[in-house]
Order: sequence, then C-alpha cells, then structure tokens
Amino acid sequence: MTPSTPSPNASVLPEGWGMVIGLEVHCELATATKLFCCCPNHFGDQPNANTCPTCLGLPGSLPMLNEQAVELAMRLGRALNCDVKRSVFSRKNYFYPDQPKDYQVTQYDLPTNLGGHLDLPSGPRIGITRAHIEEDTGKLNHVGGGGRIHDAEHSLVDYNRSGVPLVEIVSEADMRSSEQAKEYANELRAILLATGVSDAKMEEGSMRVDANVSVHHLGEPWGTRCEIKNLNSVRSLGRAIDHEALRQIDLLTNGETVRQETRHWDEASGRTGTLRVKEDADDYRYFPEPDLVPLEPSAADIARIDAALPVLPGARRAALAEAAGVPATAGGVVMAVERGLDHLARAAIGGGADAGRVLTHVEHNLAVDGAETLSPERFGDLVKMETGGELTATQAKTVLAEMVATGGAPAEIAQARGFEALDSSALEGIIDGLIAAHGEEWEQFRSGDDKARGKLSGFFMGKVMQASSGQADGKAATALLRRKAGL
Amino acid sequence: MSALEIAAAVRGGERTARAVMEEHLSLIGAREAELHAFNLVTSEQALAAADAVDARVAAGDDPGPLAGVPIALKDNLCTTGIPTTCSSKILAGWKPPYDATVVERLTAAGAISVGKTNLDEFAMGSSTENSAFGPSKNPHDITKVPGGSSGGSAVAVAAGFAPLALGSDTGGSIRQPAALCGVVGVKPTYGRVSRYGLVAFASSLDQIGPFATTVADAAALYEVIAGHDPRDSTSIPEALPPVLPRLGDGVAGLRVGLVTELCQAEGIAPDVAARVAAAAEALSEAGAKVEEVSVPAVIYGLSAYYLIAPAEASSNLARYDGVRYGLRVDAPTTAEMYDRTRTAGFGPEVLRRIMLGTYALSAGYYDAYYGKAQKVRTLIIRDFQAAYERFDVLISPTAPTTAFALGAKADPLAMYLNDICTIPSNLAGHPAMSVPFGSGDDGLPVGVQIMANALDEVTMFQVAATLEGAMA
Repeated sequence: MTPSTPSPNASVLPEGWGMVIGLEVHCELATATKLFCCCPNHFGDQPNANTCPTCLGLPGSLPMLNEQAVELAMRLGRALNCDVKRSVFSRKNYFYPDQPKDYQVTQYDLPTNLGGHLDLPSGPRIGITRAHIEEDTGKLNHVGGGGRIHDAEHSLVDYNRSGVPLVEIVSEADMRSSEQAKEYANELRAILLATGVSDAKMEEGSMRVDANVSVHHLGEPWGTRCEIKNLNSVRSLGRAIDHEALRQIDLLTNGETVRQETRHWDEASGRTGTLRVKEDADDYRYFPEPDLVPLEPSAADIARIDAALPVLPGARRAALAEAAGVPATAGGVVMAVERGLDHLARAAIGGGADAGRVLTHVEHNLAVDGAETLSPERFGDLVKMETGGELTATQAKTVLAEMVATGGAPAEIAQARGFEALDSSALEGIIDGLIAAHGEEWEQFRSGDDKARGKLSGFFMGKVMQASSGQADGKAATALLRRKAGL
Repeated sequence: MSALEIAAAVRGGERTARAVMEEHLSLIGAREAELHAFNLVTSEQALAAADAVDARVAAGDDPGPLAGVPIALKDNLCTTGIPTTCSSKILAGWKPPYDATVVERLTAAGAISVGKTNLDEFAMGSSTENSAFGPSKNPHDITKVPGGSSGGSAVAVAAGFAPLALGSDTGGSIRQPAALCGVVGVKPTYGRVSRYGLVAFASSLDQIGPFATTVADAAALYEVIAGHDPRDSTSIPEALPPVLPRLGDGVAGLRVGLVTELCQAEGIAPDVAARVAAAAEALSEAGAKVEEVSVPAVIYGLSAYYLIAPAEASSNLARYDGVRYGLRVDAPTTAEMYDRTRTAGFGPEVLRRIMLGTYALSAGYYDAYYGKAQKVRTLIIRDFQAAYERFDVLISPTAPTTAFALGAKADPLAMYLNDICTIPSNLAGHPAMSVPFGSGDDGLPVGVQIMANALDEVTMFQVAATLEGAMA
C-alpha cells in the first residue's frame, strides 16, 4: 500500500518525505467493578485494596464476565461505526510480574468490534481496524537502583488495576501528520466521554495512546515502523511523532536502516529511546479462553445499543456549523462541542443572536466552569445588546463573566455596573473637545506617517476612554477619529 | 455404614456426628501410614465441625442431607485457611483465602471434611505416583497403585476412611482410580458441577465428581454439589433433575450400547473384557436391550487429549512463578527467578506436559496440533451424538486392567494408555461413571464404565444401580 495523499504536515519534514501513523488506544471502561470479578474499578486506592482471588489469579479462581463492560464496549463499537459481532475471549500468554495469571484475557481473532471509522473534524476519515475487550494488568513499582525492573533493589506490585476492563481501539495507518494524530486522539476522547464509555484521562492512564510511526519518500512504499509508548498527553503524542519521524529520516538519509522496535517517549528530554527490539514476532500462544463462553449479541441487543447512543460530537459540530453558517472546522464550533456548549450556542443563534459573536464568546470567554448553566435566552440577550451598540465588546465580556457566576440578566448587570455605551452624539462631543484641546497632536495624527498615526491613535483613544469613564466603544471611537481626520 | 445411613442416624439423633467422626479418624489412624491417602488430615477441624452439627441437631435444626458425613477432599480443591497443595512443591505453604463452591455446598449440606487427599501432581497422572509427597497405595494390595490422579480420594473411600470423597476428572481421574480401588466414581456432565475453587489442570475438560461405596451415596453427593453457579461461566444454568428418587427405576426397555472401539482398545485385558461382557449380560437380564455400537472417532481421543489438556495446562500453570505465593527460588533477575522456581517446584510429568502444551500452541504449530485436536473433539462429539440417537447409555471397561504394580509404568505412554476408555467422555463433555463389577483373575476389582448423553445423569445412575444390584 502506498498513500495517495501527500503529507499535509510537510512543514516538519524535509521536502519529499511523508509519514504514516496508526494509533492503538487503550481505554479503561467506566464500569463500577472489574471485568471478571466484583472488585471496585477505582483509581488511587491503597495498593492491593481492590483485589480478590480472581483478579489476583489465585489457583482455582475463575473469571465472571461483567455485563456492563460488554455493553460499554459495544456502545463504543457502534459509535465508531463498527460491526458488532459474535466474539470470543482468548488468552495471551506471557510472563510478567504485573500479570497475576501470566496470561492476559483479551480478544484475538474474533473481537467484539470490527471495521469502523472515525471522521476527523478537519475532514479525513480514519479507519478503525477493531476495538476489542481485554483486562488490564497490575502496576509495578520498582524501588531503589535505577528504578527499572532490571536494576531495582526490589519491586512491588499493586494489583488494584489488575482486571480493570479495557477496550483497545486499533486504527488503520491512515494518519499523515502529528496534527491528524492529535486530532484523532481528541476526537476519540470526545466520543468516549459523550458515550460514557470511559473518563478517558490520559494523565491518570485511563486513556493510553501508543503510536506506530513510519516514514517514506512520497510516492514510494512505506518504511519500517516503530511503536512509541509512554505518551501521557495529546501534546506528547504530537511531539513524539514528529521527533520519531525526524529520527527515522535522519537514519535513512545517513544510509542506515530503521529497526522495527518499541520505543519509549521521554517527555523531559523530548526524545524517544529503544525499549525493546522485535527480533521476531512475539509468540503469545493465543488460544480461546476455556473459562469463558463466546459473546453472541442478538440483532435486538445491537438495536437497543444504537437507540441509546447519544448524538456524537461530529454530528453536533455539523448541526452547530449549519446553524451558524460557518464550516464545521471553525474554532468556535469545535470548542463549543468540546465544552458541551453547542446547545447553548445553537439556542442563542436560533433566538436571533449574531452567530459570529456567539461563537467568539464560546471560544474565548466561556472556557470556565459553570458556562453550561447559562440561560440561552440571557446569553442571546447579551449578544443582542452588544451588536445593538448598548455594550462594548469589553463590557460584554465582563457582563458575561458575571452572568456565569451569578446567573443574572445582562441588562441588570450592565446597569448595576453603570455600563451604558455612549450614544454617538456624546462620543462625538468628547472627540470634538479633545481635538480642540490637543491641536498639535491632532495635526500630527492627520498628516503624519503610519507610525506616528498609530502612536497618536493610542493617545486619543486613551483620552476618549478617560473622558467616557471607559464606556466608549473603542471601535466606534476609532472610526469617528479617522472620519474626522478625513482618512 | 453408608453415607446416607450416617446422615439419617445423625439427623434422627440416633448417632452423634462426633462419634461417627471419631470412628473414622481411628480407622485413618490405623491404616493411613500404610496407604497414604491423605496429604493432610484435619482432625481438629473435623471434630469441631462434628460438634457443631450435633449442636444443631440438639437445637432442633436440620444440618442437611449429608449431616455429619465425613468426606475426603482431593487436594486440588480450595479450602479456606487449609493448605491446598495439588501434591506439588510449588504450592508449598499456600493456604487459600476462600472455599471452592463444592466445599461451600458440602458445608451447607452438613458434610464434614476429614482432610485433603493425595493426587498426581496437578492431577497429571493415572497412578498417584506423580505426587511430590509419595504415592498412595491400593488398599486391596499395597504393592499396587490405586490409580489416579484422584488416587487418595479413591483409597480413602475404599479403606473406609470416609464414606464419601470428591475428586476431579480431566481424562478419567475419578473413574479409573474408582475402578482400581473397587468403589463408585462419577464424572458428571461438563458444567454440572462448578469448577470455582478447583485448581485448574485443563479447564475445558476438568470436572469435579463423587466417590462413594454405593451408587446411592454417590447420587446423594452429586445432588449436593451439582447445580448452577454464577462464579463459573461454563456452569450449566438448567435445573438439576433429582437422581435419588429415580435410582430404583431399573433398566427395563433401556437401550444399552457396548462400544466396540473401547471394548477392543489397545491393552484391554481379557479378564476385564469378560467382566464388561458379564455386565452387559446382567443388564440384558434386567430388561435392557444390549447391542454393540461403533463410535469410530473415539480411537483418536487419546491423541487429541494429549494436545488439548497439556495446551490448557501450559497456560493454567503459568501463574506458579514465585511472585505471589508458594515456592520462590530467588535469583538475580526475574526471568531466572521464574526459571529456578518452576524447575525446582514442578515434577517431571508436569514439566513434560507444560513443554508439550507450549509446543502445541506455538506459532506455526497451532493449526497442526491444537487446532486439529479441537476438530477431533468435534468429531468425537458428533459420533457420540449419533450413538445416543439409538442408545440411552453406552458401556465399556473403565480401565484396561486391574490395579498394576507401583513403578510398573515408568514409560509415560504406557501410563497414558490407562485412560483410553475414559478420555472420550471428557472430550465430549458427557457424564460417565465407573461402578465396581466383580474382580479380575488377580482378585482385584474391575470397574465397568457407564456413559450417558449430556445432562442425562439420571439414566446413567439408574444403570449403575442395576449393575450394583446384580452384584449383590
């Protein structure tokens, strides 16, 4: 396979190079209990507080499948446009101390969700290979020495996370830039939150992103890929991908080759380093988990899951964009959906408020807690006061902040603060007075070069604001000054 | 006294559970050193439990259908606070923090554990010689093996140490020692009895079942331990039809198939074959219609079993790595610690099967071995289904010979052949049991195997009761 589109992120790569990215995302499902036992699925408790014979893998214990986990995984599958089919759990066998049974129960050849897609806000459609259910491992804490398993004095294991339900969402290698990868991660996160499937906190590890990155000369086959782990934020994801692509290009341009390997992102140094080399494909000796029975969702199950799906972020962006008459990629639209303010914005626009001002407020002035409690009518009234000249942009921002804090009506808040935009005759009176009082400066403003005019514009605006106690509309005042100067 | 007689006496206040227990403990004291049925006898706990049963009777409560009945538990069943070793050094010092579902049900029924019985390490073997703690001996001739892997449980019942015992049967580990020790041994339908708390050998084959001296006692124990358990996802949700009320229904009109391939299998001794023929004759006389039947795919059972069981075992036994419990042999690195711990902790047969299973699941070999074995399993089920369209039950020898001498089968393959008649039922998931039916030329017990269709334990027990009656 060769990509048909050139890299849209050519700027970070040397001319003629492209990169190819696929992401594997692990998400903890937002269940009350673990995947195969009744222990709480809860982060941050005392080590090994949330354990039982099953999640400790004690001899004789057996898994008991959590229905809620299956439901959430299937819901995610449908939100990602996957086929939800008969699935079978398998054992992935490998020895590691964080894994109490020395095998992981996962899905192999028959995953719950197969073959979907996710549309990036900027347009491209990214294929979803599969989204399968599996159990998480425990957590190792290496004490002393170098702090790694090889050189620590001893290691402690916390099995609270052991058996926490995960979905692993594997994308196709459809992304061509770190920007797209970041967009994918953000969009996936938005879907996980909207569907209630996961709290998707990268910093707490409830959403973990691994990136497969390769580079190639545009038009030529793809190169060898490396997998990057330990990406704890969307920002790290972008940095790590760009760094890794440049590292690989560096190797290739120096006549070296890229080894297929797993690499570790070091946030502090901003570099990736070798974690382990994949000499051969690991042999996990997968086989069907005999302690569990296959999952066989009926058509009715899938219809019920579909019916309960919320409107997804992509559809919400499209609806707001249409109402506002702007592209779905507009900053205000993206922010509105991300912050859950799209209903507010649509209602305000539907009530006759200016769409541009509404989206501007959402994008710049409503990144605060409580914004979602705003009354759409009152928010619309505020925007109307602003566009009607009753409030300046600065005043509107101040009033909006107070509306969020107190829930008050914009007219009352403006009045209480003495915000009354000057009518145009009062503004003209102030400006005429200033021209008379500062003849020399006025002459320089009229006849000077751009630099001098800029400086004097600031001088006069300062005086206008002073004379009007800050109630003059800056834009209107600038326009009047220029008109009077014949500019 | 049978288990049912003991329970009736205790519930009726005619005997105390303590008196019953003391009697059995004294029998154990007299012969245990010679027979080595147990890894651990829990006398103190047993007497305390007996007193508790007596207190309930005195208070007018009913302690349950097995009130005061001593029972021996195979040492791969988890018991709270009591070492559960699987007769392996690798579980040294481990005490489970929980009871197996069957142990909970026994306690609720008033039965009292006398201790944990010896087995081939992790239930891998057919003679109990693979125990890390030494072999058990056949009570009928202590120079002979009791069979295995549940040899200790079979010995305990045959020697009168307890009227009941539990074993586990993955390829014949209840039925074969029952045959060799002259007691009744039952492997129920896969999923009838919860595996929760049974230390896994091969999860898709393992099934817990009863040992008893009589068919009725075995049925009573089966009724107590069987039934749905949500903690085992492979547990069967269907309601459990009671067996005891139908035990005397006889076999008139039943169609009994004598399985040609198993009666003529490699190594079936003439004296054993003769006893099976006699059993067929007895059933015929009791009104059953007996015919020979061919179940062709069963001849591949042994080969399929020795891929599937070790494959699952290689994964199930991975957890014994020295990290969390049991034996740990320290080493400079984690990988070496794993290596040393497992090399020191597992016996040769367990290591052999882990190797076999790891190989069978390896990339490039899976289809040829594990995959093909699963297909054979499907064929065996298909052939059994065809047979059960024409027959209600099938019969065969349980084991090819009577009990053999300790040390006689050093070659693993010779040992594996012991299970040739029992393995097909495990692969199919069907119920099967062994009932004593006389003795061989050497005077040692011979067992006849009765196999039935999935979930049809009732008919199987009826046939067993008829055979038992014919011997009386």
